[in-house]
Amino acid sequence: MAKHRGRGVASINYPIGMNLGGDPSQALVHSNPDGKFTVALSSIDLGQGMKSVTRQIAAETLGVPVADVYVDTADSDTGPHCMGSFASRGTHRVGNAVIAAAKEARGVMLEAAAEELEVNAEDLETDGKGNIHVRGAPQRSISVADVAIAAQFRQGKTISGRGIFLIPLSDVDPETGEMTPVSCYAHACLVADVEVDDETGEVTVLEMNSAYELGRALNPKLVEQQLVGGAWMGMSHALYETTEPHYPSRENGAVDFNEYLMPGPGDIARHNIAVLERPAPDGPFGGKGPGEMCANPVLPAVANAVFDAIGVRINDLPISPERILRALKTRDGISH
Amino acid sequence: MTKTPLQFRLNGAEKAVFTEGGQNLLDVLRREVGDFAPKYGCGQGACGVCTVLVDGEPRLSCLTLAETVQGQAVETTSGLADGPELHVLQTAFMEHFAAQCGFCTPGMLMAAKALLDTNPTPSRDDVVEAISGNICRCTGYEPIIDAILDAAHNRRRSA
Amino acid sequence: MLEFRKEIFADERDDNLNEIGQPTQRQDMLGHVTGRTRFFDDHAFEGLLHLKVVRSPHHHARIRGIDTSAAERIAGVRRIIRAADVPHNLNTLLSLIGFGRDDEPALAEDTVRYVGEPIVAIVADSEATAYEAVNAVRVDYEVLPHVLDVEEALAPGAPQVNPAYPGNAFEYHDLYNHQKLRFGDVEKGFAQADYVLDERYQMSPIEHAPTETNGSIAAPETNDRFVVHTSTQALFFSLGTSAKLLDLPSNRLHFIGGTVGGGFGGKVDTLTEPLSILGAMLTGAPVRYVLNREEEMQAGPPRGAERWYVKDGVMNDGRIVARQLRGYFDAGAYTRLSSYAVHKCTAHIPGPYTIPNVSSDVFCVFTHRTPATAMRGFGVTGVDFALECQMDKLARAIGMDAIEFRILNAYRDGDMKAHRREAKNCALIECCQVAAEKANWPIRDEFKQMSSMTGGGGERAIMPVNAPARYDAPQPAAAQPPLQPAVAPSAPPPQPAPAAQPAPPPAQPAPPPQPAQTDQKRTYRFSSVVGTRRR
Repeated sequence: MAKHRGRGVASINYPIGMNLGGDPSQALVHSNPDGKFTVALSSIDLGQGMKSVTRQIAAETLGVPVADVYVDTADSDTGPHCMGSFASRGTHRVGNAVIAAAKEARGVMLEAAAEELEVNAEDLETDGKGNIHVRGAPQRSISVADVAIAAQFRQGKTISGRGIFLIPLSDVDPETGEMTPVSCYAHACLVADVEVDDETGEVTVLEMNSAYELGRALNPKLVEQQLVGGAWMGMSHALYETTEPHYPSRENGAVDFNEYLMPGPGDIARHNIAVLERPAPDGPFGGKGPGEMCANPVLPAVANAVFDAIGVRINDLPISPERILRALKTRDGISH
Repeated sequence: MTKTPLQFRLNGAEKAVFTEGGQNLLDVLRREVGDFAPKYGCGQGACGVCTVLVDGEPRLSCLTLAETVQGQAVETTSGLADGPELHVLQTAFMEHFAAQCGFCTPGMLMAAKALLDTNPTPSRDDVVEAISGNICRCTGYEPIIDAILDAAHNRRRSA
Repeated sequence: MLEFRKEIFADERDDNLNEIGQPTQRQDMLGHVTGRTRFFDDHAFEGLLHLKVVRSPHHHARIRGIDTSAAERIAGVRRIIRAADVPHNLNTLLSLIGFGRDDEPALAEDTVRYVGEPIVAIVADSEATAYEAVNAVRVDYEVLPHVLDVEEALAPGAPQVNPAYPGNAFEYHDLYNHQKLRFGDVEKGFAQADYVLDERYQMSPIEHAPTETNGSIAAPETNDRFVVHTSTQALFFSLGTSAKLLDLPSNRLHFIGGTVGGGFGGKVDTLTEPLSILGAMLTGAPVRYVLNREEEMQAGPPRGAERWYVKDGVMNDGRIVARQLRGYFDAGAYTRLSSYAVHKCTAHIPGPYTIPNVSSDVFCVFTHRTPATAMRGFGVTGVDFALECQMDKLARAIGMDAIEFRILNAYRDGDMKAHRREAKNCALIECCQVAAEKANWPIRDEFKQMSSMTGGGGERAIMPVNAPARYDAPQPAAAQPPLQPAVAPSAPPPQPAPAAQPAPPPAQPAPPPQPAQTDQKRTYRFSSVVGTRRR
């Protein structure tokens, strides 16, 4: 009876957005009279940071500080249509819609500023700090707040914008499967180190080392949240989770968290992550979507590490102690 | 159904409500008092999102009979900040990005407060033990553990 | 613990931005740590009523009668809702994009098709009263034969699960009970291979387990509208589905959400909103319908089970020359989103590798279990498990390092993918190299030098010519026998993996590449998905 260490690897890619396209999202952007912006969406923040990443995207596009933008979501009376938060589509689809809306609003803002400064709008640029100035002549400047006041109360202009992003729907060929599924992919490779107890069948993930490529990291902290939490979920899927432990039988299904097992705070593994950023040509500032794919490589990497440790293949998920012990019994012990 | 009067302190303020027999504390806090910080996650005492403090002790409010807190002091995350001043745990959770969906956060903060109030110098294992009854499905726990350790450190430093 | 390798792909990025790339605090974080973030259930309504449903205890049964008289007599019961009360009691989620047939009622009509299927809804003054009334409803069932295994469900004579799909499988293009992928000639590839490996993989259903369960509160609003606070992951999806089931114009519904206690895919299916709204319509009061944890785990949709048969042919030098898959998505009793997963999965095959001969047949199968839905990694998690375990076995079989084996076969910019589109923006090789470095996993220099950006295209971009499709007189999929397995399904092969097959005689030289024929061939109904064909 002993503990055996093993190491396994897996590499994956993952499509960004609804497969086959046809999944539009809209955004509306408008300014208060003092140059503070609201982005109205119907998109959902379920923890992934939708409100936060679209806020940064809007601020970058408008050319104003992030503090001057607030994202309001999701109210069907005020937020325009969005397909929803799934299929890793939030950052890519909604982000692009927000860029389109913010660009339109920025255009009006620069026209209003041009009228105040008596120059051409094409000659203006934003400093990202709340000011607009003539390119090459920063002293000829006006604040976004003053432009918004002028637009609202003197010029009668609405500093607002509408945006939609849609990848048209692709067909699928029934015979060959030919199709245009998505426009970009995220990538990952992950190495898992495990320890397997051949007496209890328990697997402990000791460490993970990974590289994730997810387009431009629009907010590094939000990316870190997804990758750390997602890999934890992958580890949980690999070793613990199922509603039907004796699938296809429905017997013994979990009905509470005492039966539905997940690794707790004492079961987490050290995880060293490298983030690679190959910008997506059609992503918002090159962003893709890290939220879903981060869990996927962990399952096979752990399975491969278990084989490396004890020399038996578990082809069924989850890799529960019961499955390990049964497999070891079939093999009649350990052999490498 | 007969209703029983119940008085307790919630985050320092006196509350008086009528409860039904068998009503749990979580239901009283959310439906009768209107404090929505503690959440319903399972009603089985197995997820911790309803965690509150009763006389300083962490309790699963979904399994606590409301009438048992008669005359006692109940604390929830709604009362964690001192006016506009955030509690050291709240600041640490923010700095460590220790929440994603935020649904487990109020219960997690209460479990963490119970720990720091009794053990100002917790080890990592102490922190793990203290939050082992609180499920977080988003973060993988690590930023939460780091935040609690950091909060303990910061509180010692400022004390 | 997390580092950014900015030097990689640096020349493809302009990092000179103001707000993008900053570690800006989340807009919602202060609300989270102060307990002030308002989720759907954190709204007070005077006179709030509570809705609970009677659920089927059987996998498959005919409902002979429902007796609600005892439930009606319980004080505090305000309304009992039956299937006949639902204005348009049949829907499929993806009807919003015109994909698939309506197949699922909000409340079961005369048949239940999975344990946990809702039959009758009770609206009462309190949750306790609602539960009491649920337990007082008597349903007279005639238990029917059921099927829980995907391959048994496709066998002749299997009990029928879903009347919209009599063959127990979603029908693709009104032609087949599966989606095909054909690229090159896998049989030729297997004949050419030094080693062939044929394996079976299984993933059991997985629960999303968000800490917040699915739920909604619907309340009458001014002007004869209804406000709905909801945990949905897709606001207009849920609004549209509710409007359809309740036969309401969309502007009579005011959906509010956007702040959700975790979803992971489990809050796309519009489980509670239609009944909450209907309850509010029938009682004139605010109605709350929230799943309890047991319902969330067993009656709420899981990530569905998947079964995979993977057959690979590999050369001793490490090149994978053929990959063939047969996969079964267990949809449960109703389609929900599983039909979509099959297309997504088909597009993903053969994984992030360039393989000249690829074939797959993927099925969306109906069984008498809780309908499955999307979850983090949807359509890909299960097959990636199978493919990446397979990759490990192949590498060991030919004695090659597992990471070098992946780098060698990784897709690169300009390669032709099996769904017949050019690969772009690839980065698998770089991920493998960096992960190896971080794990101190030694790989040889030549593999450290490889790049996703070079070495692709050319011969790797050739579109294979496939045999002309058989378009004559397609039979309705339901009438066809299930596709014969490409590989005989048998018990998982014992370890070690099957011995290498003898090397076949040298293959005939490949015919010169010819232009793809897909554009020339007769256009006909490509898909039941509406829309224009896109290149």
